[in-house]
Amino acid sequence: MKADKMNEASLRIEYEGFADGNWTQEVDVRDFIMQNITPYTGDESFLEGCTERTLNVLETVEKLLELEASREGVLDIDVDRVSSLLSYEPGYIQKEKEIIVGLQTDEPLKRGVNPFGGIRMATQACEAYGKSLSSEVISQFDYKTTHNEGVFRVYTEEMKTLRRSGVITGLPDAYGRGRIIGDYRRIALYGIDYLIAQKTADKKCYAQRPMTEENIRQVEELYKQIDFLKKLIEMAKAYGHDIRKPAKNTREAVQWLYYGYLAAIKEQNGAAMSLGRVSSFIDIYAERDLRNGLYSEIQIQEIIDDFVIKLRLARQLRTPDYNQLFAGDPLWITEALGGIRVDGQSLVTKNSFRFLHTLTNLGPAPEPNMTVLWSEQLPEAFKKYCAKLSILTDAIQYENDDIMRPVYGDDYGIACCVSAMKLGKEMQFFGARCNLAKTLLMALNGGHDENNFELIGPKDTVMNDKILDFDKVWQRFDHYLEWICEQYVNTLNIIHFMHDKYAYEKTQMALHDTEVHRFMACGIAGLSVVADSLSAIKYAMVKPVLNAHGFIEDFITEGAFPCYGNDDDRVDAIAVKLTESFIEKLRKHPTYRNATHSLSVLTITSNVVYGKKTGSTPDGRKKGEPFAPGANPMHNRDQKGALASLNSVAKIPYEACRDGISCTFSITPSSLGTIFELQKSNLVNILDGYFYQRAHHLNVNVLDRNKLIEAMQNPGLYPNLTIRVSGYAVHFHRLSRAQQLEVINRTFHKSL
Amino acid sequence: MNLKRHGPMTPALNVFHIESMGTLDGPGIRTVIFLKGCPLRCHYCHNPESWQDQTENWMQQDELMALIMKMKPYYKNGGGVTFSGGEPLLQARKLEPLCKRLKAEGIHVALDTSGCILNQDVKVLLEVVDLIILDVKHAESEAYTALTGGALSKTLEFLEFIKAIHKPYWIRQVIVPDYNDQKSLVLKLECLTKSTYRQKLELLAFHNTGMGKWQWNSPFWNRPSLSEKILVELQEMIQKNV
Repeated sequence: MKADKMNEASLRIEYEGFADGNWTQEVDVRDFIMQNITPYTGDESFLEGCTERTLNVLETVEKLLELEASREGVLDIDVDRVSSLLSYEPGYIQKEKEIIVGLQTDEPLKRGVNPFGGIRMATQACEAYGKSLSSEVISQFDYKTTHNEGVFRVYTEEMKTLRRSGVITGLPDAYGRGRIIGDYRRIALYGIDYLIAQKTADKKCYAQRPMTEENIRQVEELYKQIDFLKKLIEMAKAYGHDIRKPAKNTREAVQWLYYGYLAAIKEQNGAAMSLGRVSSFIDIYAERDLRNGLYSEIQIQEIIDDFVIKLRLARQLRTPDYNQLFAGDPLWITEALGGIRVDGQSLVTKNSFRFLHTLTNLGPAPEPNMTVLWSEQLPEAFKKYCAKLSILTDAIQYENDDIMRPVYGDDYGIACCVSAMKLGKEMQFFGARCNLAKTLLMALNGGHDENNFELIGPKDTVMNDKILDFDKVWQRFDHYLEWICEQYVNTLNIIHFMHDKYAYEKTQMALHDTEVHRFMACGIAGLSVVADSLSAIKYAMVKPVLNAHGFIEDFITEGAFPCYGNDDDRVDAIAVKLTESFIEKLRKHPTYRNATHSLSVLTITSNVVYGKKTGSTPDGRKKGEPFAPGANPMHNRDQKGALASLNSVAKIPYEACRDGISCTFSITPSSLGTIFELQKSNLVNILDGYFYQRAHHLNVNVLDRNKLIEAMQNPGLYPNLTIRVSGYAVHFHRLSRAQQLEVINRTFHKSL
Repeated sequence: MNLKRHGPMTPALNVFHIESMGTLDGPGIRTVIFLKGCPLRCHYCHNPESWQDQTENWMQQDELMALIMKMKPYYKNGGGVTFSGGEPLLQARKLEPLCKRLKAEGIHVALDTSGCILNQDVKVLLEVVDLIILDVKHAESEAYTALTGGALSKTLEFLEFIKAIHKPYWIRQVIVPDYNDQKSLVLKLECLTKSTYRQKLELLAFHNTGMGKWQWNSPFWNRPSLSEKILVELQEMIQKNV
């Protein structure tokens, strides 16, 4: 399936100074990195500050952001066009001052409309901000089937009911599914011409195969990929760049790969649109240019700063409902930093530092979503630098490279918050999540919704025993989990069939190998609520309280029971068992395109909304109260200190939850140590200790609760206060009041 | 068998409190085990509940070991276990086998003490531990006795012993405004405790928090907390001197 060899690749002028390897024979970015990387083990002292130019651009951007905030978070919407690669004229912040160019529309922060997920959603989003979608756009979609329409043509009544009740929730059936990471580096390394040649050769090859439904789809997808690669050339041309050929220097490398990313977010409004793992790739160009005297350190940092400014401006048009779930306009522009090679060498480069350094140069911000791939073997100076920035900015998340590397190798990226995938080789079908707590209540209520008593699952008796018996409850719950897993996988199959059919990611998939491995990424919410509820049933006395119609509307729980988050195996084992059981049940059901089932324990900020939709639970949580985010213990039930809390989370097996296990950790600065030096090294010790136990992910916030309370009351004083919530960072003032309160009520670990 | 009743007969330890993420009492991240019982009666003691050993909370060594082992992954960069109090030396005989087990696991062990006891049991224990954090409450004998009810000479005898066995140690003192915050007193402390084995001399600010816990009418009742500024000044003065 290989096309002709790259035209005398090793002789190309763009590759002068680079070591040869398999990457000059075929598309193999990983090989390019491994052959050419310069690992850096030093500290941050080489870093340079902002230039005058950067400060200038930043000032303009900050004014625009203020204006955006003053208009309910949306500066402007282009209602006359449908967003795509070539819909808009080139846009600039300050044309003459920009180093890296390209905006989603013709003006900064003006949002484009993307109705491919569903025209109704797009119309509503415009209306929510006082605009109306042009009749021309609406009429265009009269003749088009959207992804959303396709899905609802096939959904069963059962699926619609489950969706409405919120047992399965957040499904990507009305907006882009996202969670696909184009290997944007390929554009910089190879240029588009070569990529088109490869895809054209693949298409020829597939065309020789028997024309089964599967093969026809593949060939058509290749057509679309090539078509959009051509559009990408045109898009860059409008900004004055020829990206048909490989990038010649650092600035071009960044610009080329940014065009790829920009095209992806013009084409798709996926919830999470990761950047991938670009920083150490860019470093190879930077090292060469520094060596040749083409750029100075100041100039390299300036390029990175300008790039990051662009990323911070990325926006999609969402409905207010959507913002309720995912506050603060996140796009999950996740950049994976650091990590270790399979041969044990470090992948940390100076550019890993430069990327993080934008948090200092440009100030703390949620995007790009800085994700450090942590390994025990990371250079100590880098670990300390990360810890330093965590303490100062609360903008970093950490993920365990030592458990991901054996599965995904050493060139994977993170989609959204915690979903690992080999870059350009793997993708996932995003599956949102099943509300585990609501499923438990449905099971106890014999298939009825605990809020309106509607029958939403298989009918059974209400478990109205005086005192709930653990074995009976477990058996009943297990039975309902079997059923929900079947419904869940089938629902996702429909969604992703239709997404491929009506909203295929042409740009992003063009930046993948033609043969990709797919994951069916399911998820669960409310793990700690259910673990504690089952623990209460097992170790204390739980009496169901029935309403007039004979349904359980509340519980009386008497006696003590162990809670998840205290390093107590009696309950932690229940949480472990829940995840193992769930993935096992999912695996029984065939997936669309033979995707591999995977599972995440992640809620993002949606734990507040899920809680709102869920009745009282046997653990003592009252109706409507928030869940803990992700795999976190319930707020303030982790009473044995920070480390015991982390130890509980570390027990959730990554083997069962390959799509990630999110934990958000808040600690007061003083409990890390009396002086900054100690705070840094102790944070490193915590991360090392946690990940040593095969834990997967940690959001780190180092702050006092009082600061958040103050920021809630006087948002104007803390415009840039950034915190990590479940899986992403957000400006605190952009959270809803309910979400702010939930964050404030979380456990803040301090010295006991 | 009722452990609580028969506690003292077993090698169990009388534990006041356990802090799972200590970052003050020794290097790195530490599990700090506060043991019950103390012969001193310091006016500013923040844990007077730990003085008496009548209310018992006996923990078996296995139980403590299991708890500590769960925290072992966090003991990098010098972290480990610190036994504090109360006065941990009161339980020296029972502490020694536990410390040996910890050492066999490669865990760093520190002892946070006032150094007011130096018997054979204590001497055996001191051989096993890695670091002594010695809280010298006052640099002058009379004031020491007035503050603690104990004798400075005992603490100095203890200090001589740990120097003789080449044990690394930290010196600590809580600085109370208008009590022991004079520069001359701090310099005296510096001279008194100096040796090649001293790794650190740490001054801690007196805080008037926790007043409600006090059981007797302390002379420090209305005393303000020590200001951060004075603490830094004193600390800097020592740095220059050393």
